[in-house]
Amino acid sequence: MLVDRRRLERSLLPVASVLLAFVVGAVLIVIQGKNPGLAAKAIYNGAFNGSEAFGRTLEKATPLILAGVAVIVGLKAGLFNIGAQGQLVFGSITAAYVGYRLKLPTAIHIPFTLLVGAVTGAGVGALAGFLKATRNVHEVISTIMLNTIIANLTDWLAGEAWQMKGQAVSRTPPIQPTARIGRIFDFPLGFPLAVAIAFAVWFLISRTTVGFRMNTVGANKHAAHYAGMSVAKTTVLAMGISGGLAGLGGAIETQGVVGHFEPLSGGNLGFDGITIALLARVSPRAAIPSAMLIGALRASNTKLQADAGLSPEIIDGVLGIILLFVAAPVIIRWVLRRRNAEPGEQVQLTTGWGS
Amino acid sequence: MSDVPSTQPLLEARGISKRFPGVIANDNVSLAVYPGEILALLGENGAGKSTLVKMLFGLYHPDDGEIIINGETVDMKSPRDAISRGIGMVHQHFQLVPVMTVAENVVLGIEPVKGRFIDMRAAEVSVRELSERYGLEVDPTAEVEDLPVGIQQRVEIIKALYRSAKVLILDEPSAVLTPQETDELLDIMRGLAASGTGIVFITHKLHEVMAVADRVVVLRGGKVVGTTCPSETSEAGLAEMMVGRAVLLDVEKTPAAPGEIVLSLADVQVRDDRRHLAVKGVTLDVRSGEIVGVAGVQGNGQRELVEAICGMRPVEHGHIHVVGTESTAMSAFEVNALGVSHIPEDREKHGLVSSYSIADNLVLNRFDDAPWAEHGIRRPAAVATTALELVKRYDIRTPSIDTHASSLSGGNKQKLIVARELSQDLKVVVAAQPTRGVDVGSIEFIHRQLVSARDRGAGVLLVSAELDEVLGLADRVAVMCDGRIVAVLPIEEATRERVGLLMAGSVAAAG
Amino acid sequence: MKLSRSSLRVVVAIAVILLVAFAMYNLWDPLKTRAVLGFAVRYSIPLMLAALCAIVCERSGIVNIGIEGQMLASAFSGFFVASALGVWIGIAAALITGVLTGMFLALCAVRWRIDQIIAGTVINTLAFGFTSFFYQQGKTLKGGLPEWHIPLLNKIPLIGPVLFQRGPIAYTAMLAVFVMHVALFRTRWGLRTRAVGEHPSAADTVGVSVERLRYINTSLAGLFAGLAGAFIAIESAGTFQRSMTSGRGFLALAIMIMGRWRPLFAAASALFFGLMSGITNQLQFDKVVDIPAQFVSMTPYILTIVVLAVFAGRVRPPAAAGTAYVKE
Repeated sequence: MLVDRRRLERSLLPVASVLLAFVVGAVLIVIQGKNPGLAAKAIYNGAFNGSEAFGRTLEKATPLILAGVAVIVGLKAGLFNIGAQGQLVFGSITAAYVGYRLKLPTAIHIPFTLLVGAVTGAGVGALAGFLKATRNVHEVISTIMLNTIIANLTDWLAGEAWQMKGQAVSRTPPIQPTARIGRIFDFPLGFPLAVAIAFAVWFLISRTTVGFRMNTVGANKHAAHYAGMSVAKTTVLAMGISGGLAGLGGAIETQGVVGHFEPLSGGNLGFDGITIALLARVSPRAAIPSAMLIGALRASNTKLQADAGLSPEIIDGVLGIILLFVAAPVIIRWVLRRRNAEPGEQVQLTTGWGS
Repeated sequence: MSDVPSTQPLLEARGISKRFPGVIANDNVSLAVYPGEILALLGENGAGKSTLVKMLFGLYHPDDGEIIINGETVDMKSPRDAISRGIGMVHQHFQLVPVMTVAENVVLGIEPVKGRFIDMRAAEVSVRELSERYGLEVDPTAEVEDLPVGIQQRVEIIKALYRSAKVLILDEPSAVLTPQETDELLDIMRGLAASGTGIVFITHKLHEVMAVADRVVVLRGGKVVGTTCPSETSEAGLAEMMVGRAVLLDVEKTPAAPGEIVLSLADVQVRDDRRHLAVKGVTLDVRSGEIVGVAGVQGNGQRELVEAICGMRPVEHGHIHVVGTESTAMSAFEVNALGVSHIPEDREKHGLVSSYSIADNLVLNRFDDAPWAEHGIRRPAAVATTALELVKRYDIRTPSIDTHASSLSGGNKQKLIVARELSQDLKVVVAAQPTRGVDVGSIEFIHRQLVSARDRGAGVLLVSAELDEVLGLADRVAVMCDGRIVAVLPIEEATRERVGLLMAGSVAAAG
Repeated sequence: MKLSRSSLRVVVAIAVILLVAFAMYNLWDPLKTRAVLGFAVRYSIPLMLAALCAIVCERSGIVNIGIEGQMLASAFSGFFVASALGVWIGIAAALITGVLTGMFLALCAVRWRIDQIIAGTVINTLAFGFTSFFYQQGKTLKGGLPEWHIPLLNKIPLIGPVLFQRGPIAYTAMLAVFVMHVALFRTRWGLRTRAVGEHPSAADTVGVSVERLRYINTSLAGLFAGLAGAFIAIESAGTFQRSMTSGRGFLALAIMIMGRWRPLFAAASALFFGLMSGITNQLQFDKVVDIPAQFVSMTPYILTIVVLAVFAGRVRPPAAAGTAYVKE
């Protein structure tokens, strides 16, 4: 009984976080002199009303699921992959290149393009893991730096080397139809793939020996070392997998939504991954509904602007507040007047810069 | 109670109690310490000694009872309150900032200032004065991390004296010292007492109590079970009081039957975390069916040696062979696969993943092997079967195998590690401080397990800072000092005095 | 304070690079040299301030990766208050924002014991979200900050005009570096702060309140982040743009590590970053080397990774940084 109530309470925390963040969001809207009721209606119309709107939500959720599980894989191994953003962007531009440059039959072109996105993202992630494992460079700093480096690099690639001919702006040519991941009616076909991958990651982490290694390194790397596991290899592997998932998310975004690459076309997908990971309480399966929620908010972007007259940045504000509440459950407990915090409620990473 | 001085006590506890979730750490404890008196607080691990002194020093707040200092009832909220009332404490884990100098550590919190800046010159002068007056030789400008532990302990004492401590609480001060350094410490304590300081001396070593204490308060299960004087009792009497039953101070075992060499070290050199050479050329053989005890003061390279043998630390120079196979450059995983099991010194840090279940901890270093995993997929059912069997066989007291390791007591955590390590197919057991911080019942159990591993044909390398443990269990004693094995003695020749001299680096005793 | 041999090597290396650059450019064109040095100083001022914030936090045991957000929020509030009420009140607003965000970090880390890296990420995300949401276009500053020429000093060839014809925030930053260095290594506050960051229970057992000191230090360190934000938006750019801090809060962390948690060394490291960026900028501007602008703007970020790869494994951070202090 007691255990059940605790479990219920624990799963209610993210829900309460989201609801409370909406309340704060409504207050922000009122401060701006706008109508929060209109905003709610815009979100409903933009994200859920009708198959087109809901399809858009799923479409937005697809790369977000992958960004979320990317961050989760890192967290499991005690690594904070704040660079999912850069890995995702890198995956989406390499996918765009392979997508427009190569001419292959659909059955090969789609999976090959996805693979290229995943592998290049994995390379960036593994580089950060390698720097951590061998040179003790903290992954938070190295991946942030890589984010900016990749932003510049892709800006140059899309504006020079891989630029579409006759274009003034930075963008690549459209990918071949053979590389596109389409939709059936309004249902984006990338979505089931992302869901399947989230389940695969769940299996990897909770059922396999590789997952056990990553968990152990994350929980106590000294014990992992003692038990004969290679902390360095596991660190590189976890960052590689994490980067690969983010890169795959970028490739799906290119192949399923944008159809080409241009800087900033992906927005802040990678950073949303952090919010999703914490909202999902670092569970790969729970990343699916978390990503759908944030996907819905992102999907209603244009409606918010058109119907409620709000600047789309309201979503960034609300997401920031959601992150605050899920990172600091103590605030929610205080609001709900429930004081008995429990161990393991908060995510703990490795500490400090040292080893 | 013949020698109780008639003056007012410096520090008195009256009926204090402290409860933690699930345990009563102190139950209605009373004691008093008078000027110039050395009061020994005796009790085994978990008896409540540490909790008691933490309350006397303001680190914990008692649930019931009162603390009286110089006749005045006090309500201390932090160590600051205790210090300002003349209570000083030397903690078991030194409370010194390693990267700062001796003088900086001594004055921290009450720094002398000249204008806006700390007057470091004045601080150094004060330290020098104190060290001369009480015979505590130390260089005030040295950085603490460069000092040996014995000297660091002096810094701790000076720190208390600098704060004009009238009562000095020493928490297990001899744990890190050689017998000779311990003798010096006891002399310092006598000198301090002669100058009027009251001393509360926490220990579980009976001979130290007999040597230095004026009075003894014995704690068991959080209660005071007796107060006595060394002149009115014996070591055996104290031991019985402490444990509550007659204890076997010796381990029962048959003479060793050494076989082939299972672990061979040849001129092994190892660096520590700070890249200093900590093991400076160790050559040693361990045969199957014998226990080789490594005696030595902590920090003389034992930890680095153990970690190098077990593949956790690179070997700088030399060779290690396990049953004829060179393992010098192997990883921890490969060394383990050769049949070397390792009971690590720091069980919380290395031995366990506290957020894992007992079952997962029991397969921590063989999760990858059949039947616990197949083709990279874990088999929770097989893990559970093994765990249930080991929990029963090694008497690990837990409600279930799914319980988190963090909720086990110290003794049961250690039994978990022993179960995991000794249930393997083994050739060599490397046991580092296997009974540190463990209750008497578990100590006896673990000692029997080590002897039984020996009798099954394993070679056991026992590293312990407890000289009594080494002398009680080992068939041969290797003495380690300053990164070298200075002598290997058959157990018959390893007397306390001789080993003690060797631990302190006296080559003459090697004989 | 001892100057270890390897930190000396750093200082020497930096000095050599400075000299080479100085000579190279002076031979070519003194005007360009002045441009490069001017750029270097301007670029390094916010980095120095942000690194001071990072150093004070970490020396007391709090890892602060939220500096980026603190700077951004301060730049935002500083600029918009300045555009409404004048530059000085704007600076005050930026300082207050810095302190408030610092207090928030302290609350998360000390009181709630939230993982410090996650707490910093929350600050960054919130700062980004809120400054984007409330951002308004078309605001301008009412007047700028004065530029003070320090007599005599500004007549020093080359260095004078670069260092001593600056605005009030730049001078404050230069002064703060020296003051904080002395404070950290010579005063009571400094000794206690370092003790709290290295071995909190040692400080606690002699009556230094770990939590109180961490609260105070992390909050007041926010002043430096606030000043950095004010410099970027008010003294340097004179405008606010979304995410205008562009990762400099993170560069500051690398500079802190390169400077071994010491204000003077960190300031030297910041100047080194500024100089490298200045030189690459100038080289690209002069078309001395034909590299795309994007690669030039990558320079400090690549440099950061290289610097960390060289230094991070060898330096020793404050031992307790990143861990909440839980009394036994």
